[in-house]
Amino acid sequence: METAFAQMLPPVASDVAGNWDTLFLFLVGVSVVFFVIVVGSMLWFLIKYREKEPGQKVGNIVHNDKLEFLWITIPTILVMIIFAWGWIVYKRMVDAPESAYDIKVIGKQWLWQFQYDNGKTTIGELIVPEKIPVRLIMTSDDVIHSFFLPDFRIKNDVVPGMYTKVWFQANEQGEHTIFCAEYCGNAHSKMMGTVKVVSLSEWETFQKGKGAPKERPASLVEWGQQLYTDKGCFACHSVDGVKGIGPSFKGIWGKQEEMSDGSHILVDENYVRESIEYPGTTKDKLVKGFPPVMPTFKGLIAEEELNALIAFIKNLKE
Amino acid sequence: MSHDAPAHGSHDNYLTHKRGLWSWLYTLDHKRIGLLYLFTILSAFLVGGIAALMVRTELWKPGKVFLDPDGFNQAFTYHGSIMVFMVILPLIPSALGNLILPMQVGAKDVAFPKLNLLSYYVFLFGVILAVATLFTSGIDTGWTFYAPYSIRTSTATIMVVTGAFFMGFAAILTALNFITTVHKLRAPGLTFGRLPLFVWCIYATNIIQMLATPVIALTLMLLVFERLMGIGIFDAKLGGDPVLFQHFFWFYSHPAVYIMILPAMGIINEVIPVFSRKNVFSYWGMAGAVFGIAVVSFIVWGHHMFVSGQSETANFVFSLLTMFVAVPTGIKIFNWVATMYQGSIRLTTPMLYAMAFIFVFLVGGLTGVFLATVSINVHLTDTYFVVAHFHYTMVGGAIMAFMAGLHYWFPKFSGRMYAEFPAKISWFLIFLGFNVTFFPQFILGMQGMPRRYYSYPERFTNLNQISTVGSYLIALGFVLALFYLIYGLLWGKKAPDNPWGAETLEWKTSSPPPHENFIREPVVTHGPYEYQI
Ligand code: HEC
Ligand SMILES: [Cu+2]
Ligand SMILES: [Cu+2]
Repeated sequence: METAFAQMLPPVASDVAGNWDTLFLFLVGVSVVFFVIVVGSMLWFLIKYREKEPGQKVGNIVHNDKLEFLWITIPTILVMIIFAWGWIVYKRMVDAPESAYDIKVIGKQWLWQFQYDNGKTTIGELIVPEKIPVRLIMTSDDVIHSFFLPDFRIKNDVVPGMYTKVWFQANEQGEHTIFCAEYCGNAHSKMMGTVKVVSLSEWETFQKGKGAPKERPASLVEWGQQLYTDKGCFACHSVDGVKGIGPSFKGIWGKQEEMSDGSHILVDENYVRESIEYPGTTKDKLVKGFPPVMPTFKGLIAEEELNALIAFIKNLKE
Repeated sequence: MSHDAPAHGSHDNYLTHKRGLWSWLYTLDHKRIGLLYLFTILSAFLVGGIAALMVRTELWKPGKVFLDPDGFNQAFTYHGSIMVFMVILPLIPSALGNLILPMQVGAKDVAFPKLNLLSYYVFLFGVILAVATLFTSGIDTGWTFYAPYSIRTSTATIMVVTGAFFMGFAAILTALNFITTVHKLRAPGLTFGRLPLFVWCIYATNIIQMLATPVIALTLMLLVFERLMGIGIFDAKLGGDPVLFQHFFWFYSHPAVYIMILPAMGIINEVIPVFSRKNVFSYWGMAGAVFGIAVVSFIVWGHHMFVSGQSETANFVFSLLTMFVAVPTGIKIFNWVATMYQGSIRLTTPMLYAMAFIFVFLVGGLTGVFLATVSINVHLTDTYFVVAHFHYTMVGGAIMAFMAGLHYWFPKFSGRMYAEFPAKISWFLIFLGFNVTFFPQFILGMQGMPRRYYSYPERFTNLNQISTVGSYLIALGFVLALFYLIYGLLWGKKAPDNPWGAETLEWKTSSPPPHENFIREPVVTHGPYEYQI
């Protein structure tokens, strides 16, 4: 039972996930009992009191004070217990320890951006140390999103114009999926990210700003491919020619791209760089047939990374 | 009555009283208006159902099946808004309520027949306005219209929202009409303590409609102003507050959940006693529970917003208050089951639907306690767990009960019987399909699949496919129902006046009833469920 059940819930990867699961299990137990009582007696009555001949004798019970008292008080007491237990677990989920390490989160259509105290910024990938409480201070750049980490059993809306918070303490190293749980438009279901829980020493290296915690692929193209996922380009750009929110990268290299004012620009190193750092807001910079929704990546993508992305896009030419 | 009524069994009934299309479009007869509603709502149900099948088909596997993301977002938005605003909200109160309620109180018609017709056309106008957007840029906000997305999206939000505004207005007019009817037009001897519980439930619903609907109407209008004139109310970029929209929205939409479910409970209250041949267990417990639910429904809206950024104190209060919904709901469920005890149970189609209602509503109610528990809610909200939960309560609830009521009153308003055998097959398909569709969604939600997802990680594929198969079963069941009901309507066996041996007043007149319902004004001498066998 316990294990069959554990399969239905996501892995227990944070400090409170276990508490959450216990309460959940309790609720399932209570529900099963009530379900069996109600549906069981319904079916039992159905069989026992099925009409055998028309006009057969029926009972005339319309009241039973004892019974009615019981089915009012027992549920009332039970829901009060559930409420209190639920509140205790909730307090654990929201009250971050003083010592928690703060990371800023910005949600925007359709990617997650993380800012650390050392000035670093990552996109789509949140790097956190294991066994240390981390608090996320979140806001949105456009519409409402919701930061959802199933493995940690936490979620909170990310609202424009205000800060919301969640905190957690990851149990061990590993990777966990971040979802956006509040509908936010076209690529809502692609607004995913990863939490990467690293060891304390890796965390310290990351903090000092030396060396990315992710080992870098040997070839520039492969690295570009990795960045394409990590930086969230995949939410809007495909690599197989299918038009998404933005143009597909397939085959654009070396092409004369038509802008919305009718002018043409050659897709080369400079064009790609400009597209990434200053995505089209004016008509002569905006690819024809697309809305001006690409966020700017200026300052979020290092020089070497730009090169890798360019190599990656170049490699996709037909 | 003034004129010499034709003898019982004469051919004049409300369906033949006047003829021609105009006599229908301009009718003041509550029964005909009820049928107009029924026809309009079931047409909307068809559109909403097709949208649902599109959603489920697209979710067959991750990535594209046949829609692109914008098409998918529109499909679930139309599915949700049509089913909520045009189907489940008006389905029982406006369609079956109009057909049955005046007869159940022994009245010739509603208190204000012209207002009744007006409210139908206001409703129809709203429906047309909203559905017409299918031919424009469509709408992709989800049925909740959350700001600021609804303010920024390029789709036809204004038209749909205005449509919903008109539908709400129609609901207020109908509610006013019914409340007056119940107070003023009851037959002699029909004291409040002898009212059928269906009337109690519709009455409670009407009160909620009158109090809550203006709030959503104003909210939606504020949204329109913000979109049209850029007044910053909900969009933070304009200095507004997006969470405020959610407060306004749920202040209406939580009570709306009970606008959908109380009438459903009303039908179950009629069907179970009749087919158990037993007086309902605890009449006043039932009526009291309905009002308990109605009152509590106004002060729990914040349970939709536990992770929205509202304060911890609010979360505490709303979680606590929501827990109390479980108590009157439990009372009703226990009372229904107790009514069956020592009865003489006939397993007709309405009774099957009533039992299906108890089954699915129980699951919906129990999972509601999960969601009311604030910490549990954090993980489950905005996932498929919520989708499953509200389909179990609202669809399971309202649609199962509607089907129970439709079959139960079918002989009365059509004058003919439907065929039991195909009806049972169809019941089985719908009940099975319903559980196959929505039970796996509980597990998907537990595993963390968010709602309104066009695509999903590979590991959710199996459960999604089971769910999609289930939705086809439901569709099959409804298609079958369409056929045998139309057959019954046209060629079914002639129905006796009181085929089920019921005691409420609508069965004391012919089937179908005459134009003014009763030949002679009925006099009530006992409660609604005292069966003389
Ligand atoms: C929110 C969606 C979105 C994201 C995320 C996004 N883009 Fe874009 N991108 C667009 C859109 C829309 C256009 C076309 C309109 C324009 O020119 O701004 C575009 C255009 C481009 C172009 C020009 C393409 C052409 O056919 O001329 C390049 C190059 C590009 N993006 C690179 C990137 C890279 C690299 C990333 C990830 C670091 C990225 N984009 C992330 C939406 C996005
Ligand atoms: Cu989203
Ligand atoms: Cu609610």
